Amino acid sequence: MTLFSLTPEEWEAVRLSLKVASVAMIASLPVGIAVAWLLARKAFWGKSLLNGIVHLPLVMPPVVTGYLLLLTFGTHGPIGSFLAQFGIVFAFRWTGAALACAVMGFPLLVRAIRLSIEAVDTRLEAASSTLGANAAWVFLTVTLPLTIPGIIAGMILCFAKAMGEFGATITFVSNIPGETQTLPTAIYTLTQVPGGDAGALKLTAISIAISLGALLVSEFLARRVGQRIAA
Amino acid sequence: MSLAVNVRHRVGSLDLEAAFASAGGITAVFGASGCGKTSLVNVIAGLIRPDFARISVGDTVLVDTGKGIDMPPHQRRIGYVFQEARLFPHMTVEGNLGYGEWFTPRPERYAARPQILDLLGIGQLLKRRPRELSGGEKQRVAIGRALLASPRLLLMDEPLASLDAARKAEIMPYLERLRDEVKIPIVYVSHSVAEVMRLASEVAVLAQGKLVAFGPAAEIAQRLDLVPDDEREEGGVIIDMEVAAHDGDFGLTQLSSPAGHIYVPGRLGPAGTPARVRIRARDVMLALEEPRKISALNILRGTVVDISPAGQSSVNVRLDCGGAAVVARITRHSAEALGLAPGTPAYAVVKAVSVSGPSGETP
Repeated sequence: MTLFSLTPEEWEAVRLSLKVASVAMIASLPVGIAVAWLLARKAFWGKSLLNGIVHLPLVMPPVVTGYLLLLTFGTHGPIGSFLAQFGIVFAFRWTGAALACAVMGFPLLVRAIRLSIEAVDTRLEAASSTLGANAAWVFLTVTLPLTIPGIIAGMILCFAKAMGEFGATITFVSNIPGETQTLPTAIYTLTQVPGGDAGALKLTAISIAISLGALLVSEFLARRVGQRIAA
Repeated sequence: MSLAVNVRHRVGSLDLEAAFASAGGITAVFGASGCGKTSLVNVIAGLIRPDFARISVGDTVLVDTGKGIDMPPHQRRIGYVFQEARLFPHMTVEGNLGYGEWFTPRPERYAARPQILDLLGIGQLLKRRPRELSGGEKQRVAIGRALLASPRLLLMDEPLASLDAARKAEIMPYLERLRDEVKIPIVYVSHSVAEVMRLASEVAVLAQGKLVAFGPAAEIAQRLDLVPDDEREEGGVIIDMEVAAHDGDFGLTQLSSPAGHIYVPGRLGPAGTPARVRIRARDVMLALEEPRKISALNILRGTVVDISPAGQSSVNVRLDCGGAAVVARITRHSAEALGLAPGTPAYAVVKAVSVSGPSGETP
């Protein structure tokens, strides 16, 4: 076994990690944008509460988040048992890992997008409405395009968080090779067995490469978009 | 098309209260900064929800709080040109121009793009982005964007205020063409006497949120007491005249009006072309006898109508010259020395005039 060859299990962990992180990032994006917009532009009863709930996974121990997910989305949990009737199962599936990652990455996603929306000049939105755009069109044609750098930043933070997510994932969906074993949990497992150091090191290197690559791509995209929309 | 506005609204510590009706053309909303001008146009545009308002353009009621009518801004079809262009930075000039046009239902589009590009001279800017435009170009694109939405009413909130004198001079002729070619009512907000008197057909004067005067520009111009202190030097009258003849040898144009003849340098359109002459009070001297051997070309004969104080040592003397008013700002000392009183015949020696024609300085 050379330094660059991976066992099928290790490959599976890399593949699964990328899948889980991508799904978590993409699935939480629309909700993230909606929540960020509500927090940035609207005043409503319970706004602080919503803000608190969104940020909760950032401040709670990940294990607690994972356990709460298990209680609610587990097979016997209120939401889990309801969704199970439609064949949607989270517990001990890769979808559950994605859910855990999405929940953990959500505050980072929302924060970045919210700041970006708050930076959009509301006078441009007013100009748009005088030109005949209703609220939805104002959002789609003015607010959203000007928020793209923040959206990219939020997506990358969410993705990075998902790639590294450990506590909530292992608590909620355990560490099943080929189903829920992502890079961090695979590295953890390898460090627990004799002779696993080489594998752990390889996966660590891959993990660093993916994170760094994601960061570079986001920087590049944000700069290009930033140039296009600069006033 | 007519415009009727009646607004009562409290903004911060300012009680906005204004009611006026204009038959069309350019209605200037004039006043010192902070007097509620922008709030008033924001109410008209629907960007501010007023405590009380009844506003209609032609037969269309935009807002009537009494009847519970409040059209949202995107349905009002009002072109709004803001002080700071507010072009969309993520779109090209073309994208900006097409924005309002796209939201306008096809049957209601009357604005023709080629004419508007030509009117504003922005045809060659289409591929550029807003950040690559000069201040004057930005403002012209903003005007084009508003016009291409085929609005019922055009609101212009200090469109020249953020520009330097050269850029102002660059845009002014476009605004004059706009006034003459666009057949929708225009509300033009400004604190500049020169702009208002050059463009407006009617003027609404606001002070501390209240409408203190409304009427035809020429009438309001005579009320020098309405001019805010920082624009004091700009106060004066306007007289609508027409081109009578040209003097080719000396390069002068003779304008005529019931008030008399005025000579101005340059050649202004063919005979009969309307031209608006503005005479600042500080540019007028008074004489009791017809001055002879004097370099001033323009001397108007009239009768003193009234004398009102203008600061510590000056007075404004209003003359009736064949029906048109001319105001002279002279020292109180001179007024007493000449023994001026209502009814005194006098000659107004005009040192400087500014002229604006409807189509600018066409050869």
